[in-house]
Amino acid sequence: MGLQILAVDDSRTIRDMLKMALGQAGFDTNLAEDGLHGLEVLSGLTPDAIITDINMPRMDGFGFIEAVRSQPKHRATPILVLTTESAPELKARARAAGATGWIVKPFDPDKLVRALNTVAGPGAA
Amino acid sequence: MSDPMAEIRASFFIECEELLEALQDGLAAMEGGDNDPETINVCFRAVHSMKGGAGAFGLEQLVRFAHRYETVMDEVRSGRLVPNSDAMVLFFRAADVLSDIVRASRDGDTMDDATIEAVLSELEALAGGAVAAEEEEEPADFQPMTLSLDFRAPPSLGADDPWTIRFEPMRELFASGNEPQHLLRALAALGKADVRCELDAVPLLDALDPEGAYLSWTIVLESPSSEDDIREVFDFVDGICTLTISGGSGAALPSLIDLPDTVPDDAESDTSESSGVGLPDRAVAGAPRITLTEPEEPQAEALLAEGPPMAENAPKPEGTPQSTNAPEPTKAKAPPAKPAGAEMGAKATAASQPKPTVRVDLDRIDRLVNLVGELVINQAMLSQSVQEANIPSNSPVSQGLEEFMQLTRDIQDSVMMIRAQPVKSLFQRMSRIVREASSAVNKRVRLVTDGEATEVDKTVIERLADPLTHMIRNAVDHGLESSDSRLAAGKSEEGLVTLTAAHRSGRVVIEVSDDGGGINRERVRQIAESKGLIPEGLAMSDGEIDNLLFLPGFSTAKQLSDLSGRGVGMDVVRSSIQELGGRISISSDPGKGTTFSISLPLTLAVLDGMVVSAAGETLVVPLGSIVETLSLRDNEIRSIGPGANVLHIRDSFVPLLDLAVALGYRSAPETYEGSVVLLITQEDGTRAALIVDTIEEQRQVVIKGLQDSYGHVPGIAAATILGDGQIALILDPVDLMSQFNTRTGAVNNTIELAG
Amino acid sequence: MTDKTDTPGGTEDLELLSFKVGEQEYSVDIMLVREIRGWTRATPLPHSEDYVRGVINLRGAVLPIVDLACRLGLGTTETAERNVIIVVQIHDQSIGLLVGAVSDILSVSQNELQPPPDLVNNVENSFVKALTIVDGRMLRVIDLNAVYPNRDGVAA
Repeated sequence: MGLQILAVDDSRTIRDMLKMALGQAGFDTNLAEDGLHGLEVLSGLTPDAIITDINMPRMDGFGFIEAVRSQPKHRATPILVLTTESAPELKARARAAGATGWIVKPFDPDKLVRALNTVAGPGAA
Repeated sequence: MSDPMAEIRASFFIECEELLEALQDGLAAMEGGDNDPETINVCFRAVHSMKGGAGAFGLEQLVRFAHRYETVMDEVRSGRLVPNSDAMVLFFRAADVLSDIVRASRDGDTMDDATIEAVLSELEALAGGAVAAEEEEEPADFQPMTLSLDFRAPPSLGADDPWTIRFEPMRELFASGNEPQHLLRALAALGKADVRCELDAVPLLDALDPEGAYLSWTIVLESPSSEDDIREVFDFVDGICTLTISGGSGAALPSLIDLPDTVPDDAESDTSESSGVGLPDRAVAGAPRITLTEPEEPQAEALLAEGPPMAENAPKPEGTPQSTNAPEPTKAKAPPAKPAGAEMGAKATAASQPKPTVRVDLDRIDRLVNLVGELVINQAMLSQSVQEANIPSNSPVSQGLEEFMQLTRDIQDSVMMIRAQPVKSLFQRMSRIVREASSAVNKRVRLVTDGEATEVDKTVIERLADPLTHMIRNAVDHGLESSDSRLAAGKSEEGLVTLTAAHRSGRVVIEVSDDGGGINRERVRQIAESKGLIPEGLAMSDGEIDNLLFLPGFSTAKQLSDLSGRGVGMDVVRSSIQELGGRISISSDPGKGTTFSISLPLTLAVLDGMVVSAAGETLVVPLGSIVETLSLRDNEIRSIGPGANVLHIRDSFVPLLDLAVALGYRSAPETYEGSVVLLITQEDGTRAALIVDTIEEQRQVVIKGLQDSYGHVPGIAAATILGDGQIALILDPVDLMSQFNTRTGAVNNTIELAG
Repeated sequence: MTDKTDTPGGTEDLELLSFKVGEQEYSVDIMLVREIRGWTRATPLPHSEDYVRGVINLRGAVLPIVDLACRLGLGTTETAERNVIIVVQIHDQSIGLLVGAVSDILSVSQNELQPPPDLVNNVENSFVKALTIVDGRMLRVIDLNAVYPNRDGVAA
């Protein structure tokens, strides 16, 4: 069985693509539409890694990461930020919020899977 | 099953439409004085999401435009730019262009770059120089999805020129959720890795900070990978670890900064010219030395896991100092940690989303609509049988049937609602039409909409777009006066076009009104006379004159403006509305304005019809086309030629058509005394009279197309199934009239009896 | 759309549904037959070809009815209770063939089928694509594509 992933993005297209890319890698993907929704879904999960967008309604990615990190259970859960910018400030800000790494949209599915393996281990290859 | 990527692409464009709608809404709210920061956020996110998705499909033009548009919006978001009304106009225009680009991209086209650049440069001028400066570096971020990044190719190094990598995490690395073990494994995936863990820095237990970082690793990697490939593995921990990479064929090391003690492997690195010779043996003394290859050996993992505490959260129940949040790789060897059931449960959680909606293939809905149609017919047949069996109305059978009828009707309504959509998207498109039309004729026009939430059948909405566009253009172009005339008439310079939708007695009524000068009836009459559309000096009511606008080819414009000459007249508008089973009417108040009112059925699947019989055949006439019904006297019929009759009614003459003759059911009878006449509105606003034998009833009928099973039948729109199970044809009165034009009997010889 | 009788090889059995039109016996490939039902009155279609008797309600679908006798130039079928409608599949749609009565299901092998003799000016002949002799009777195999040619609004 592959990794269990929680992916949070307000764009249906990106969610669809994440689900497809992760599904093809054999990962079990759970989806949420914004930060608050992400926290709701997270409450029923112990994902191996979390992927989150930054710009989202209700609760943005930074708020979401902070909220996740404040839960002892998820203090060290790897979190990848999905971002359209690769500006260094954004990476710095993501890391300051507690992110583990980042993926620049549009993401390459293989690279996404490699990045997840880099932060969360390979699951069972 | 189709290509999943193609499906996502299709879904992306649907999402774009939704985002464009959200953008329009947000901009409209801002224009209306909404200062809530969330409003601009919504607009920003809408554009941003389009950019994100577009990147995935390599829609370069869409990405570029969305990016620059979003950048200017960000200026507003940050408060650096406060948009005035001119700026809002520009934001709207940009939204229009964005919507054009989306549609072009969907169809595999691109827009003219000059148009796009024009809007963008105006937008960026708003935001000042800050935006333009940022411009240069951006495009690189938005390359379409590529399949590069193959770690193993091309080989830049022989396998016998190993890399030496020294990796020393800082405590922040652990805090960020990174895990050296996974990084090392990812590194090992690049080739054959020899990993040594260095324990020297580990303090005694009492001095040990549980969240500190004490370990470092030296890895000798035999791999054709380039230094960049190796650095990519450590991308996420850049700045929160000390990383030194050396080796290769004397690979340059300028990027190796913070490294006092770079460690070339003594045994294998022969040609290394790198600095920092020495100390490896000391560093690795007593440390586990293992070799990692892909796939990982359990032993390697076990050894790696043996190290002293890495940063970790609160004490783990297992008491193992080293453990990670993620499942231990070794767990893979153990019985499955996550049974299938857990997966299902997780999915169920994800399904409980805030606004639960389901996207359904339209074909499935149509199938359901059809089945409900069957149910309605079936129920009608059952009712008829019960009636014929003389079962008393207070019997349980009759009462049960009554409930069944009610349920059937409810189900039908509910199913029809599935296909229903709010007219909002349609109205939003109209606001763009107003913007474009008003700027083309240099008038200031405001569009006010109401009833956007009113729901109508999806197909109706789609097919309403063209006629409505034309009506809106007409209102702006012809309905509203020029600014000067308005001011002279004591009106505000800004013209008002109102677009409303509402449900009224089972139909949808859509109105387009303007506060212009109203219809100039004298001029309309002159034009109609000069074009020979009406005889000169004919007595006409105001309403009749107004209806002349619907005559084919009629135009009141004094000159061809930019908007005219598109080859679409109100006659075409009227026929498209009638094709939808709708009616259009006009009312005008001189000096105050004109209102066009469209009344439409809620759905195209059922029709309100009048069931009539002609020569023993049962037919359905759409109720919408019937103006009035009368009983016929022979002395009201005037012959105007061989087989051509007109009906003399209230001082006017209306062409008369015998339905049974027109359809070839029989030849003309001796007398029509006592027959029933249906007065029908024709496409051009004129009327015609249709003779039938009797009127049976008025009822809703389920429309069954004939086109697929048989083909087009002149004068017939479709078929339906009546309560007795028989098929009845639904008339297309307009088509019928145009086929047989005023001839009551003369069609005889051209029609053979079909039954 | 190709009929089963077009299958190459030609030795395998073909099942034919035979029926009477006037005094003659015809047949169609049973694979194309969807159902057989009793006669019900058809709603006439204005201005249709004379062999189109109209449309009937087949469980909610609109089914055009072709009077086969009329189509074959054998005069209009006088409808009666004993008449039947054979519902067949042509060009991805269903139509009903009004015939006198259904007689039999017969099994013939492909190589027993012969092309019809090339007679001129025979209306009937243009709708027959093969002949065979079964138990001493001549059986004509109807070419459905010719009986109800593809028309507007019908997917090919």
